[in-house]
Amino acid sequence: MKAAVIVFPGSNCDRDMAVALKAAGADVTMVWHKDSALPDVDLVAVPGGFSFGDYLRCGAIAAQSPICKALISHVERGGYALGVCNGFQVLTETGLLPGALMRNAALKFVCKTSPLTVETSQSAFTEGYNAGDIVHFPIAHHDGNYTADAATLDALKGEDRIAFTYGDNPNGSVDDIAGVLSENRRVLGMMPHPERAVDAGHGGTDGQALFRGLIGQFVQA
Amino acid sequence: MKAKVHVMLKNGVLDPQGEAIRHALGSLGFDGVNGVRQGKVIELDLADGTDEATINQMCDKLLANTVIESYRVEVL
Repeated sequence: MKAAVIVFPGSNCDRDMAVALKAAGADVTMVWHKDSALPDVDLVAVPGGFSFGDYLRCGAIAAQSPICKALISHVERGGYALGVCNGFQVLTETGLLPGALMRNAALKFVCKTSPLTVETSQSAFTEGYNAGDIVHFPIAHHDGNYTADAATLDALKGEDRIAFTYGDNPNGSVDDIAGVLSENRRVLGMMPHPERAVDAGHGGTDGQALFRGLIGQFVQA
Repeated sequence: MKAKVHVMLKNGVLDPQGEAIRHALGSLGFDGVNGVRQGKVIELDLADGTDEATINQMCDKLLANTVIESYRVEVL
């Protein structure tokens, strides 16, 4: 499986993302935000960090970068995309995922390991888990307070598109939502960091199943 | 020409920063502050003749996230 990791000025989880993808067997290329075309890849990963210093709104400037136009075309062609933390913010700002991430309800940057419930195993990203599994992923963000209007929330629930929920809602997210899937289930955005839980040295390996499951899809195909 | 864009969280979207400001005003002894909403003002220095529709497009595409924010354009 071929994957690209986008690097924006201010990205700081791009290398972690590449390491996690490679460890699971992916062939990884790093792409720069000014590139206007993606290499021929199955998955585009949008990493965490503070793209463009979080100016204007988190992810807003990154969402207008040349590479994001290529990302949108990739998703429109049915390609897979994974956005973590700032990457989730970028995906909502591009409109590829619904809702928005606001300032944490308690106004503080939260950095800890959070217990999450896997809400659905019906996606390439979560098929390595069972619905109801509890996994522990690190979180580290100031703007992870997920919000969406009532109609959007109804659609997310009705279509089984909530991928992960928090056990300890650390940021005020509506309905404890930590990660959501696109309508075609090929785009996942989440605030917690699965790529920081793939090695015993990380203190946990709950994230391995996400990357292995995702890459396993392509091995079978 | 110049224009000011006022960006505010939509009514009904909880504003945690506004709430924190409201509490701080209360602790300074200012009674009767029933609510605070925080937004931002963006000043644009534009080519003369830029029409309001173009400014609205700037707002829709970048300056505001219309999922959670509303905006008002003031041409000066």
